[in-house]
This record gives sequence, structure tokens and C-alpha cells, in this order.
Amino acid sequence: MTTLEIRDLHVSVDEKPILSGVDLTIRSGETHAIMGPNGSGKSTLAYSLAGHPKYTVTSGTVTLDGEDVLSMSVDERARAGMFLAMQYPVEVPGVTVSNFLRTAATAVRGEAPTLRHWVKEQKAAMASLDMDPAFATRNVNEGFSGGEKKRHEILQLELLKPRIAILDETDSGLDVDALRVVSEGVNRVRSTGETGTLLITHYTRILRYIEPDFVHVFVGGKIVEEGGKELADELEANGYARFTSGAAV
Amino acid sequence: MAEQPTSTDARPERLTSRDPDAFPAITGREEEWRFTPLYRLRGLHDGTATVDGTLSVDGDFETIGPDHPLVGTALTPADRPSAQAMRDFKEGQLVTVEGEVAEPIVLRFKGSGEASYGHVVVDAKPFSKAVVVLDHSGGGTHAGGVELIVGDSADLTLVSVQDWDDDAVHLSAQAARLGRDARFKSVVVTFGGDLVRLAPTVTYAGQGGDAQLLGLAFADAKQHLEHRLFVDHAVPNCRSRVTYKAAAQGTEAHTVWIGDVLIRAGASGTDTYELNRNLLLSDEARADSVPNLEIETGEIAGAGHASATGRFDDNQLFYLQSRGIAADEARRMVVRGFFHEVVRQIGVPALEERLDAAIDRELSATGGAK
Repeated sequence: MTTLEIRDLHVSVDEKPILSGVDLTIRSGETHAIMGPNGSGKSTLAYSLAGHPKYTVTSGTVTLDGEDVLSMSVDERARAGMFLAMQYPVEVPGVTVSNFLRTAATAVRGEAPTLRHWVKEQKAAMASLDMDPAFATRNVNEGFSGGEKKRHEILQLELLKPRIAILDETDSGLDVDALRVVSEGVNRVRSTGETGTLLITHYTRILRYIEPDFVHVFVGGKIVEEGGKELADELEANGYARFTSGAAV
Repeated sequence: MAEQPTSTDARPERLTSRDPDAFPAITGREEEWRFTPLYRLRGLHDGTATVDGTLSVDGDFETIGPDHPLVGTALTPADRPSAQAMRDFKEGQLVTVEGEVAEPIVLRFKGSGEASYGHVVVDAKPFSKAVVVLDHSGGGTHAGGVELIVGDSADLTLVSVQDWDDDAVHLSAQAARLGRDARFKSVVVTFGGDLVRLAPTVTYAGQGGDAQLLGLAFADAKQHLEHRLFVDHAVPNCRSRVTYKAAAQGTEAHTVWIGDVLIRAGASGTDTYELNRNLLLSDEARADSVPNLEIETGEIAGAGHASATGRFDDNQLFYLQSRGIAADEARRMVVRGFFHEVVRQIGVPALEERLDAAIDRELSATGGAK
């Protein structure tokens, strides 16, 4: 059982405060949806948890089973079991997908998977996401379509089996078929019960495929309301107006 | 005749001569010298250097002197040090390629700290095929010429590796002359040396010639690594491709790339493209890149160039690290990836492996694990 605890997290970008006191607890097997309008700071939360150098934590704590996440480097966080599926995955010219995936799996698992097992494992994971085997020989994210980028992120999720998975706008830029394939991948990981999932989204449509246990409404850099999935239904019907009218967004 | 300075209409500044005294004194303000720190040339540029040593050479070749008839076939010096080296070298090497040679022909040059002039001629006979490797290591001060006579329908790959010690100074003019339907690939790899200034040039003696010029350089603190290319398209229907990549990191690390391509009026059907990319791994490092394409005929198949210099992309580092890959390993992956586009075109597997190892060594030697 893993617990990620975020307490009173304040984060600035270029000295401008973006997050103003986020409290959230995520346990293995749970799925939390964070929903909010553009500019509410949802992605800032995702990148801050992953440790992107652009984001400065000004106060608050983040712990993973009691371990101080904020004192860890970006790669230490990943090896401790955190994973961020990015909204805009980065191109790495000259580095092939297969080289990248195996290097990442070696780092996260602490030892290199044997080549024979690895080839099988990677092939199976790609097949379940409807990915052409030739994909492995391409350079990381270079020339990928929006859908290919997201599949590639979820492929990593499935291979790296993190304890906490943060999915930042994974549904953006996907057509219906791709959304279904990607969601099935996320659901396979959820069904193990060993991963806690934080799903960050603007729209409710991905929640039709990935059912959350908890829904948090995120406005003005913090959580302003919490509930079950019925809260998502209300947002679908009425939008964010009820939450944003009085808030400085 | 050879002592008469000659020049082309389009490039009046490209004076060529075998007589060192035909060149005006170098001041450092000339276009072709403005990037080079002259004070580090140890007198090679003004004739004040005392040059009486040699490089030790290992390999299969015939020893030649400056009066050998093939000397000057492909190379007419375009600057004073090159002319002086060609006139004054004591022992040069001639490699004659006949038929298809399966294994690379390797000449290993090792400097012992002395100053020397040298000259290499590769005479690739018509329809021959070979890979010739010039492997430079050790220290000292060295100026020389390399002539590549690529016969009709011959296929020659020249690999020039500059793996010098930190104190070495190396000036080299590497001139290829391609016969009809000849293929030539030049692979220049410069990692070592205090100052290296290489000038690969290509001329075509017949139609259908195809030249590919690949280069990799990695400059650490205080290294000056300069590559000046000139492709002279004077005959119709020839092709040239240039791809050079350099990384620089550390105080006063400096790479220079000059890519001159001239398409003369008679060179209809020319197809040329040159690309230069530079990666600055630290704030104090510097890269200069000057592509220059002159076209004197509209009847060409294609002509283009691209040049870009960028800093290390922190987002790439973040992406790799966010997958558990440690910072130093992530950096290695990005830099290897940067060079990969050139490395994969080399086509000499043993060299490709050696390059990956050399890149890793460069990164760890200068605190790449920052």
C-alpha cells in the first residue's frame, strides 16, 4: 500500500504564485480526477510533483510513504515510483523508442531486464496499445502525431508500473478510438490495484472510460470542492461557472 | 606556372598557389582567419615556426617527397601554411588503391611533441573501392595536406580522426578531386587538440561525381576546433551533401564551421545541400557557423543549406529524468542522440562504436554529469 500526501502546497513560477495551498491524499488502487478550467494550475501541480526545475515550491510538503518527495531529484522521484504522463511529451532526436524504454526500465527497476524477456514484454505492451512494432525504431516523440505521443506515454506507464501515476491532460488531442485504446491501457494498470492514479483533465469525456473514485474541482491554484463521480456529471452539465464566479482565476 | 597566384572570378579572395610567399602576411582580419587565434599557431601562419620534426607513421604506404608527380594533383594550397607544408614536407605517404579493398587501410600518425610538415596522397584508381583511415594522436605542431584523387567510377571513403593530446596544433588541407561518376565520402572526427583547423575541399573533374562530407567535433574547455569546407561545383550534374555537427562545453571551448559552396555558371544540374548543427553544453562555450552558397546558374537540381546553434535543452533532460534516468546518463543520451544523425551515415561499424565511447569520455572528462 502506497500513500502520496500533498499538504498545503504552494508553488510559484518566475515568482508568480500559481498553487495556493493544495491538500490531497492518493492511495494505491484509488483514482482521483482533478478537473478545472484552463489556467487554474492543474498542470503546475503535475509538473511540481514530478520536479520540473521551472516550478518553485515555496511552502508545503509532499511525501510518498513518509519519504520527502520535494528533496528528491527528478530521476529519484521516478525511481521512487512516481510517473508523469505529459500533456506535451518532449522530442529527443537520435534516441530510439526502444533504447529509451529499456534505459528507463533499467533505471526504475534497478537492473537491466534480460534482452529476451524485454523484447517480449515491449512487444506485448505495444500490441495491447495497437502500436505498430516499427514504432520502436523511431526517435522519441520525433514526428509523432498527437495520438502516438499519448500512446507512447501510456506505453511507458504500463512498462514502468509506477506506484503513483499522474496523467496530465492525457485525453487532449485524441480521437474517440485513440481515447478508448489509451483509456484501456490506464485501466489495465489501475486493475492491478498497485497504482494510485491522479487524472488531470479539463473535460469529462475521459471519465466515461476511466471511472474516478474521487473528483476534485481545481480553481485558482487549489481544490475548491470534492466529491464522487456525480460531481463530474454536474460539471458536464453546468461547466465551471459556479466555482469560478467569485474566484480570481 | 604553379608559382603564379590564381584566383576565380567569383571568389577573388580565394587565392591559390604552391608558393608560400605568394600569400600576403596574415593579420587575423581576413575573412578566412578571423575566427582563428593566430597566437596559438606557434608560427605556422607566418613562417617563423621551426619545423624539423616528423610524425611517426604506421601503415601500408609508399614514402614520397614534394617532387612526386602526384603531389599537387588535387590540392592547390589556398593559404600560406598549406603552401609551406606542401613545399617543405620531408616524408609524405602515398596510398594507391586498386580494385575493391575489403578492410580499411589505416595510417596511424603519432606526434611526439615536435613540429612537422606532412603530406598524404590517396590515389584511388578508376573503379576501385576502399576506406582509408588517417588516425592522428599524440602531441606537437603539425601542418599538412591530404590529396584524394578519386578516379572515374571509384568509391573512396576517407576517415580523418583527430584524437590529439591537449597540446597539439594541427592545420590540414584535405582536397578531393572526383573523376567522372566517382563517389567520395569524407568523415572528419575532431575531438582532441589545442587548436585544429581542417579545410576539406571538393572539386569535380567529370560529370556525375557524388561527394558526402560528414563531420563531428567536440570541443572542451580551451579547445579551438575549426572546419572550413569548400565544395566547388564547376562541372554539370554533380552532387554534394555536407552534414557537420559539433558540441562545445567549458570555458573558451570554441567550434567554427564554414561551409562554402560555389556553383559555377557551367555546373548545371548541380544538387547540393549542407547542414550544420551546434550544441552548446555550457554557457561559456561558443560556436560560429557560416554557411555560404553562391549560385551562378539557374539550371540546378537543388541547392540549400541549414545552420543552427542551440543550447542544451533542459526539457529533454527533464523528460528523460522523469523516467528514472539519472542526470549524467540522460545527458549522454541527448548528446549521443545529437551526433547520431551523422554517426549513422558513416558506414564503418568499428568507428561508430569508437565514437560513442569517445563521446561518453568527453562528457565525463569535463563534468558532463553536472
